[in-house]
Amino acid sequence: MLSHDILIVGGGLAGLSAALSSDPSLSVAVISKVHPLRSHSVAAQGGINAALGNNPDGKDDSWERHAFDTIKGSDYLADQDTAELMCQEASLTIYELEHLGVPFSRFPGGVIAQRPFGGAGFPRTCYAADRTGLVILHTLYEQSVRQNVRFYNEWLVTQLVVKDGRCLGVIVYDLENAEFMPVQAKAVVFATGGYGRVYMKTTNAFINHGSGIGAAYRAGVPLKDLEFVQFHPTSLLGKNILITEGARGEGGYLVNNKGRRFMEDYAPRSMELSPRDIVARAIQTEIDKGNGYESQYVHLDIRHLGAEKIKKRLPGIREICINFAGLDPIDTPIPIQPAQHYSMGGIDVDKNCASAVEGFYAAGECACVSVHGANRLGGNSLLDTVVFGKIAGKKISEYVRGANGVTDSEKNLLDAALKFKNRVEGWRKKDSGEKFHILMGRLKALMNEKVGLFRNKNELAQCLETIQELREAYEYVYISGPCLRFSQELVNIIEYESMLDLAEVITIGALNREETRGSHYRLDFEKRNDDEWLKHTLITWKEGKPQISYKDVFIGKYQPAERKY
Amino acid sequence: MKYLFKILRFDPRQDEHPYFQDYSYETEETKSVLEALMEIRNVQDCSLSFRYSCREAICGSCAMVVNGKFDLACRTELESLDSPLIVVEPLPNLEIQKDLVVDLDPFWEALVKIEPFLHSEGAIPEKGHRIEDEKIDKIFQYVNCILCGCCYSACPVVSKRENYLGPAALAKLYRFVKDPRDKRPFKNWSRVNTEGGAWGCHTIFKCNEVCPKEVRPADGIEALRRKLIVEKIKSLNPFKR
Ligand SMILES: Cc1cc2nc3c(=O)[nH]c(=O)nc-3n(C[C@H](O)[C@H](O)[C@H](O)COP(=O)(O)OP(=O)(O)OC[C@H]3O[C@@H](n4cnc5c(N)ncnc54)[C@H](O)[C@@H]3O)c2cc1C
Ligand code: SF4
Ligand code: SF4
Ligand code: FES
Repeated sequence: MLSHDILIVGGGLAGLSAALSSDPSLSVAVISKVHPLRSHSVAAQGGINAALGNNPDGKDDSWERHAFDTIKGSDYLADQDTAELMCQEASLTIYELEHLGVPFSRFPGGVIAQRPFGGAGFPRTCYAADRTGLVILHTLYEQSVRQNVRFYNEWLVTQLVVKDGRCLGVIVYDLENAEFMPVQAKAVVFATGGYGRVYMKTTNAFINHGSGIGAAYRAGVPLKDLEFVQFHPTSLLGKNILITEGARGEGGYLVNNKGRRFMEDYAPRSMELSPRDIVARAIQTEIDKGNGYESQYVHLDIRHLGAEKIKKRLPGIREICINFAGLDPIDTPIPIQPAQHYSMGGIDVDKNCASAVEGFYAAGECACVSVHGANRLGGNSLLDTVVFGKIAGKKISEYVRGANGVTDSEKNLLDAALKFKNRVEGWRKKDSGEKFHILMGRLKALMNEKVGLFRNKNELAQCLETIQELREAYEYVYISGPCLRFSQELVNIIEYESMLDLAEVITIGALNREETRGSHYRLDFEKRNDDEWLKHTLITWKEGKPQISYKDVFIGKYQPAERKY
Repeated sequence: MKYLFKILRFDPRQDEHPYFQDYSYETEETKSVLEALMEIRNVQDCSLSFRYSCREAICGSCAMVVNGKFDLACRTELESLDSPLIVVEPLPNLEIQKDLVVDLDPFWEALVKIEPFLHSEGAIPEKGHRIEDEKIDKIFQYVNCILCGCCYSACPVVSKRENYLGPAALAKLYRFVKDPRDKRPFKNWSRVNTEGGAWGCHTIFKCNEVCPKEVRPADGIEALRRKLIVEKIKSLNPFKR
């Protein structure tokens, strides 16, 4: 049986950071369902935060200010010790990335350039034009080539195998060979990214189904704060491709159909550069009030920045607008609307990236440490993936060096693989039933409609009922294609089960949380309620159903206060 | 609008030869070739295989040949093809793994040969490196490469000469030797001073033509040649090292 000391699942920024910081004397491998460079991290645009103080307006910046902005932005749900840890590590992380090869954009004098981003007191977002994810992911991949990291690409992890509270390994579907097999490991890190495609309208890649988070959940690992779903204010009308916050950071305006910069009415001080939850709701409110265009969108206007700046600092945005909307933002305002973008919640881990299951770790967007609380600031996710990916690699190496073997591990893994194979056979034997894409389409539309920017009890409860119906329908799902090699149908059928689980966990968390905090806005409870709800939601799959519990937030220096921008 | 898709199908473990399969597809909306392929797969034939991820022309998964043109399926709109007949083929000169999925291993292996990572020296500078923005601008053209493989697959030399590194890898090498932080010694990268390297290119510029990201890899190859000559002369001159 294939066996490694450390298995990292995911080849995005978090996964590669973990691989590069793992002890090279151990046997380490990365499994990814796509080639690492095809991971969603490659699409990140706007930048990564660190209080370098390179911008003339950012001279007084410090990691403490960064931590404060992060905590305030989180609507005080972030664990303050972990947010501080991330911000403390930020500057060194940027210099490390630069030394590894990241070609950051520059200010005169040759220092790394920094642009303002939403919810930040100082301009502290480092960038490489608007292709920051591309350059960082490619750089870390290049370093993995240098270090001879072992990759298993186009392998989908279908199950995390846990026995008696201890992680044994995973089951994979090898797409090329249509094989289902166990991989044994002393410890496993999930760096499997977000689940954006649970929603119809999302900025995420087509592959972001959240099956990693789902696999952890089914193995009994608690999920934390999944009700906090970030909607990005500015996605391109139509395909919902992201238009980076950097466009507003560089000076772009949001304008309604009256030609007004409406953010004045919502956040007069920070205007377009308020945190995302606030801007996204403002846009949706304008659209709902009839101040949008075709009841669907408002304008993001960057024309006044001028052709030169747009070509230099936002070339990717321009290319996206030309390719996917047939317009040039140098001459025409960009039609935008909010769309699902990021998951603040995820696999519950501590500041060492360790979960409740021994030998199982998680980092990046699939994990919830929690540094982003109820709302993440732009530029903080890339930082999170690199900082905590690195911590995960180090901590898991320490763990593995001290870990004992588990008896019967192979047998348990083989059993699990066989069970899985039989399940696939079951889907194959049927020659009629439910097709995955219809079920998936229904779930996505449902989540968009019922668990979006604005929520209320009735709709959330209805949503849970429909999810139940969809679960029943899933029993009848079948494989129609005759061949299992490179079968996206099979991938989707497997991942759809996770999507159902995650949709349910998001909705239960949202229904129970009777308050408004950060991205979670309840029309029937419009105030934040610290007395009752300053706590993390934990949902665990136990005895065949989701069980809910709560956990305290770590409050440090900063007492929760009202957020004003 | 009604389209007829002719898609190349091949499973080397079952079929003797690749063949075209027809699918009719109708849509009122603006759709990309990728979206159309996904719908055809979902509704008509779940055994159809192709790669995709980002759907926004940045991950490099979906390179293929559509009506004879190399491009990313996700950024190719059906309407832009101006034809009711749409022929979809995998990248040529690579082995087909299944249908539109090709084996990119030779492409990745060529990349590894140029040591595609920054050879920076010493400890991390305390306040970072100092680099003028113009220097970053000069390499950014090549940094934009998403490693989709279009150029490699289209290059006539790659198809003939087995050991030719190909446009993307050579352009990537230029990106590094041009980076002020990169300290790789000349003897390390002068290994491309060969027919399998920088001199193999016949400057036909097919790679520039097909690149969906305007990287113009052949510019990099030409610049690399100039640099090779300059460095060679420098190394021959005993007074200037
Ligand atoms: C369009 C866009 C722009 C963004 N821009 C910014 C920005 O400017 N700044 C910022 O800070 N943040 C940004 N973000 C957020 C940030 O990019 C992501 O949160 C971050 O990149 C996630 O990285 P990750 O490594 O956790 O996951 P990913 O990069 O998504 O990688 C997940 C990996 O896991 C693998 N995987 C998943 N499931 C399985 C499975 N079951 N089996 C095997 N492998 C699996 C995938 O193949 C992939 O390799 C942006 C997000 C989007 C959507
Ligand atoms: S140079 Fe262009 S065509 Fe070649 S791999 Fe890079 S992006 Fe693709
Ligand atoms: S210019 Fe050179 S590398 Fe580019 S396609 Fe032609 S022969 Fe190949
Ligand atoms: S799907 Fe990523 S480039 Fe087309």
